[in-house]
Amino acid sequence: MGETLIQKLFRNKLGKTVKPGEIVVVDIDLAYAHDGTGPLAIDAFRELGSSKVLDHSRIRFVIDHASPSPNEGASNLQLKLRGFARENSIKVYDVGEGICHQVIPENEALKPGMMIVGADSHTVTLGAFSLFATGIGSTDFAEVMSSGKLWFKIPEAMKVSLTGRLSPGVMSKDLILRIIGDMGADGATYMSVEFQGDGVKTLSMASRMTVCNMVVEMGAKNGIFPLDEVTARHVDTSGLRDKSIFKPDENAEYAISLNYKLDELEPVVAAPHNVDNVKPVKELEGLEVNQVFIGSCTNGREEDFEIAAKILSKKGVKKGVRCIAIPASRKVFLNLLKKSIIDKLVSAGCTVTHSTCGPCLGVHFGILGSGEVAVSTSNRNFRGRMGNPESSIYLASPATAAASAVEGVITDPRKLLGGG
Amino acid sequence: MILKGRVWVLGDHINTDVIIPAKYKFRTGDFKELAKHVFEDLDPTLASKISKGDIIIAGRNFGMGSSREHAPRVIKEAGISAIVACSFARIFFRNAINVGLPVVEVKDINKNFKQGDIALIDFEKGVVRNETTGVELKFSPYPEFIMNMMKAGGLAAYRKSLKA
Repeated sequence: MGETLIQKLFRNKLGKTVKPGEIVVVDIDLAYAHDGTGPLAIDAFRELGSSKVLDHSRIRFVIDHASPSPNEGASNLQLKLRGFARENSIKVYDVGEGICHQVIPENEALKPGMMIVGADSHTVTLGAFSLFATGIGSTDFAEVMSSGKLWFKIPEAMKVSLTGRLSPGVMSKDLILRIIGDMGADGATYMSVEFQGDGVKTLSMASRMTVCNMVVEMGAKNGIFPLDEVTARHVDTSGLRDKSIFKPDENAEYAISLNYKLDELEPVVAAPHNVDNVKPVKELEGLEVNQVFIGSCTNGREEDFEIAAKILSKKGVKKGVRCIAIPASRKVFLNLLKKSIIDKLVSAGCTVTHSTCGPCLGVHFGILGSGEVAVSTSNRNFRGRMGNPESSIYLASPATAAASAVEGVITDPRKLLGGG
Repeated sequence: MILKGRVWVLGDHINTDVIIPAKYKFRTGDFKELAKHVFEDLDPTLASKISKGDIIIAGRNFGMGSSREHAPRVIKEAGISAIVACSFARIFFRNAINVGLPVVEVKDINKNFKQGDIALIDFEKGVVRNETTGVELKFSPYPEFIMNMMKAGGLAAYRKSLKA
């Protein structure tokens, strides 16, 4: 029987064949925590009786969630994080540098096959770079700081075969929402979700990151794309002896196999209050929107704002609608400035700001009022997620979000892009 | 290890944002304060009604969403002694074990309990009994090392017990 991608990555790491269900202990190559989970990891580190971080070169902190701090409580938690980092020589990406899942791939030398953990569930984003990345809690993070190791159960795998190419106005966000809608919020629990097929090569790195980002919304342990020409432009492949380990075997055994024709996908939204409540945009067209948020670790990259600006610059944001645009990192922000995309967004009426997770999880910068409706490009629409349990969140692609900001109601972006 | 308590029956897909809204964890790291907001967006009155030793019975995918370890810690701080659910989200399950909040998967558990029933969980035998109705359901007992962690009260307490 052949091996799945996840089996191959663990074999590469451990030097022995592994089977789903087997418990293994591995050296962690890189681990990161943020201002929401790092302070508790420091408490847990002390609870474990540890005093010194084993290897600071494998640990990073990112201050991105409440950034810059909206209150003194958050400020003091961030001071605690910076203080611990100073004592242990841990590198910190501080306020304004960007969201962890964007900053880490931009600044760290990622290699295919790495084992990365983050004290954030959306760490799965990094699976786009042909590596194992998963979210952990603060005690597990403390354990990694203490010993450099962590135990894992080898997951079963779910294969998602992609063919064709997305139509104009349809984005990889629509693909992953469609998959979550089909599988349900626990449809991939404990599994490695492995993307394959000819359609993969048509997806940019940013689009792949969006897809991997949201596999946790169906319970997955990790998501992973195979190593190809697109990946090779973003990772360090020097020293890779056997690239075949980044492609699964033809006869690998999967717990679940799915097929999607990218050409046939259409714009969708996840309606309140669960991510798996996925409906075609056309079923919800005309629903009034108060706020649109374009950004987050899911959809805060250049291609996301390029399509948003294209749609928004036609008529601008509808009067009475608030449209918040937040690039996922300073680097993304600078590139958008150079391309005059920020100019277009601001001119269209968007409120553009420095990188923060803020609005996605209701910490600051766009808390909803009671009874208000938001269209958000982020990853969760749980009740109260954007800070108010009496509000409603519809998750969508940047194209759908921008079109909805222009019309003031949920809108199919293909209508504003022409030809659809 | 045997736990007995009054039950609170919750639904499917109870997510970490309703267990403890993110906005509170960016105001304080004090768990006594955070515990006042446990399940707030599900039922704002629930936190004040939970008594020490109560047990949560829930449906599928309990704890889905964020990796925030605040979620099991806040539930424990609020006085909940254990959670029995049809299934758990992966990160929540692992976090709960690490912080010493007993979590048990039992098929159809939510169909066999009503709000206010008394539950008895025998971890060694792998049995959950509804003391009010007499119904018994079985589960696979924890492996020995997890059982030892549970008895000690989590990974940190277990480490300390090994050093002592």
